[in-house]
Amino acid sequence: MKPILEAIDVRKAYANHVALSGVSLEIPEGSIFGLLGPNGAGKTSLIRIITQITGADEGEIRFRGERLNPGHIAEIGYLPEERGLYKKMKVGEQLLYLAQLRGLSRSDATARIKSWLNRFEIKEWAGKNVEDLSKGMQQKVQFIATVLHDPKLIILDEPFSGFDPINANLIKDEILELRKQGATIIFSTHRMESVEEMCDNIALINRSRKVLDGPIGLIRDQFKTNTYEVEGKGKLILVHPDFEVVEQKERENGHFYARVQLHAGVRPNDLLRYLIGAVEVEAFREKIPSINEIFIRRVRETMPETLVEETA
Amino acid sequence: MASKFFLIAQREYLTRVRKKAFIVLTLAVPLLLAAFGFIIAKVASSDNDTTDVVEVRDESGLNVASRLASTPQLRFVQATGTLAEAKKGFQKAKHDGLLVLPAGLDVEKPEGVQFFGKGNISLKKQGAVEDALNKVFSDLKMEKSGISQEKLDRLRSEVELKAISLDESGKEADSNAKATSLTAYGLALAIYLFIFIYGVQIMRGVGEEKSSRIMEVMLSSVKPFDLMMGKIVGIAAVGLTQFLLWGILSYGVGAVLTPMLVDDKPKTEMVTKAPAAAPASADAPQSSSAKMDKAMSGSAATMNPANRAGGMFSALGSLPVGTILFGFIIYFLGGYLLYGALFGAVGAAVDDQTDTQQFMFPITMPLILSYIVGVSVILRNPDGPVAFWMSMFPLTSPIAMVIRLPFGVPMWQLALSIFLLILGFIGTVWVAARIYRVGILMYGKKVTYKELGKWMFYKG
Repeated sequence: MKPILEAIDVRKAYANHVALSGVSLEIPEGSIFGLLGPNGAGKTSLIRIITQITGADEGEIRFRGERLNPGHIAEIGYLPEERGLYKKMKVGEQLLYLAQLRGLSRSDATARIKSWLNRFEIKEWAGKNVEDLSKGMQQKVQFIATVLHDPKLIILDEPFSGFDPINANLIKDEILELRKQGATIIFSTHRMESVEEMCDNIALINRSRKVLDGPIGLIRDQFKTNTYEVEGKGKLILVHPDFEVVEQKERENGHFYARVQLHAGVRPNDLLRYLIGAVEVEAFREKIPSINEIFIRRVRETMPETLVEETA
Repeated sequence: MASKFFLIAQREYLTRVRKKAFIVLTLAVPLLLAAFGFIIAKVASSDNDTTDVVEVRDESGLNVASRLASTPQLRFVQATGTLAEAKKGFQKAKHDGLLVLPAGLDVEKPEGVQFFGKGNISLKKQGAVEDALNKVFSDLKMEKSGISQEKLDRLRSEVELKAISLDESGKEADSNAKATSLTAYGLALAIYLFIFIYGVQIMRGVGEEKSSRIMEVMLSSVKPFDLMMGKIVGIAAVGLTQFLLWGILSYGVGAVLTPMLVDDKPKTEMVTKAPAAAPASADAPQSSSAKMDKAMSGSAATMNPANRAGGMFSALGSLPVGTILFGFIIYFLGGYLLYGALFGAVGAAVDDQTDTQQFMFPITMPLILSYIVGVSVILRNPDGPVAFWMSMFPLTSPIAMVIRLPFGVPMWQLALSIFLLILGFIGTVWVAARIYRVGILMYGKKVTYKELGKWMFYKG
């Protein structure tokens, strides 16, 4: 699919550190894109460049092929990690104000605010001051403010923080619904399970550089270690010319769990054939790395110190 | 972009104007001012309205008692009975004092005159009685030297000074230093208060925005410069509204209260408006403007009050009103915008309101300094070197130049000062916008001046 947003060789430096160096990305239209990375990796810098809070030192950002410009503000919705609203303003007025700043007309904004407040069943809050709402309520208002102007690109930085599981689910459904309606979502989070659940593509940034990106399925394939999990009854021999038992756990009644890594060129069927002869197989599945594992592995690999350790 | 700027200014304006505190303050200040003025005026007028009645027991045989002239404030009546009876009698009759002129009083050397009063005798009362007596005795002395009463009346005159300012070229103009000073003082005070009150509001507003963490959302919609200027302009509108309402309400309250003060003299109106001048009204039933003059100068000359007031107004009329008004608007707006940007930058630079102190100081110092030096030095010597330099430097010129304006300022100086003010304005807004842009997204960092300096050169 055609990218809605492209970052081309983006570089951004601050007084005493480089936040982004040579970062290029393509975000396909209509996808949910996970922007991952440890704290301080440069994610927020990239987001701030996309939202035009700051500008890139070098490189450029293209929105639907056009160089990013203030005209695109109305097309982008942004929910920052640092949430905030004007405390002394009423919910309805606040939403109206933010929507108008995003280029919505007064009448359009009023109609949409009404429908969103209904949708979240919080109509009665419109006349309340923001400071009188609970934190979770404020988050809901903020989420509405982010999507009110019907942006084509929605950037959500840790959207689930501060929500209880029920409301987090509500927000998740809304995100999926927005995607269904054609919006593209950039999703920055440390919660890997929601990345796994929702994202189509991810990019991993570490130490100002992009260290990994692509469709989530491909990345997982790429990080497969040809390892299989086996459960059964009996006992596996530990050394074999075709494979290696990385881990074996004894369970009650002679059952076991084992992780087996195949040597290059060995097929899973070869292992299965051996297993059938040796033990009673109860379960056999490929061990697919979680995004969490990939994340940790990739971040470790791209840390200069650990790199030195590994090569030494 | 322009409409966003308007939206921001509008929000800043509306949220403030609708606050309870704004409404209360706007209503309360004129009422308090009026109440204050009302009390002072009441006290002052009651002081003037009451007539002190003094009984006179004349044993001198010089017929002094019949010669003592009564005034609206002081009435003399004949005492009856013996001295002891009179001493008791005046108190019973609720009279205020008893004047006793002993037998054998010498006209040339009147000694032994006694005055009995209820409780402590005020200096003012004593003075009034002394004045009346002095007049009688001087008349007596003149008569003794052969001058008739008719001649005496003709001899009395009331002198009135007409001050004319003479400039170097010899051109004459009606001058009234007090009117000019008062105008200068009033204009400077208005600018000073406006910058201070609403400048601090800008700083607070930015601080609140920063601590509520809404900046990132705002900045993804608008440019920091628009955000800053929108706030400054919105708050300026709040200030203008408040000042305007104060003016209208004070006038209205004054108009309502004036008839309530029994006094039909024009002074009450002035007193309610300018409480500061009120204490002076206690001394004599003169018209208000003249009294304000007296209050300011402590002038001893007694002049015809009506003429003095007229002179004051004609002097006001002779001031360069057009230039003053033009200059006031320029310096009022220029000064506010210049300082407003700086206050905004301070609000953006710090995390915590309590940290503002170190950055507030260099901003408030020139402001306070120009006010203090302005009303002490410049007001006395509006053409001196201090006045000149301070009215050129953009941080002090809004107050310094406005003080000089009523005294007349050479055109080239005014032009140069305005030019420098505009340059200063552009400069400070540039600096402030840079500090603001970086500062509003900077959290948890204790900012130093060195740091601020670096922010100047950050790229967008």
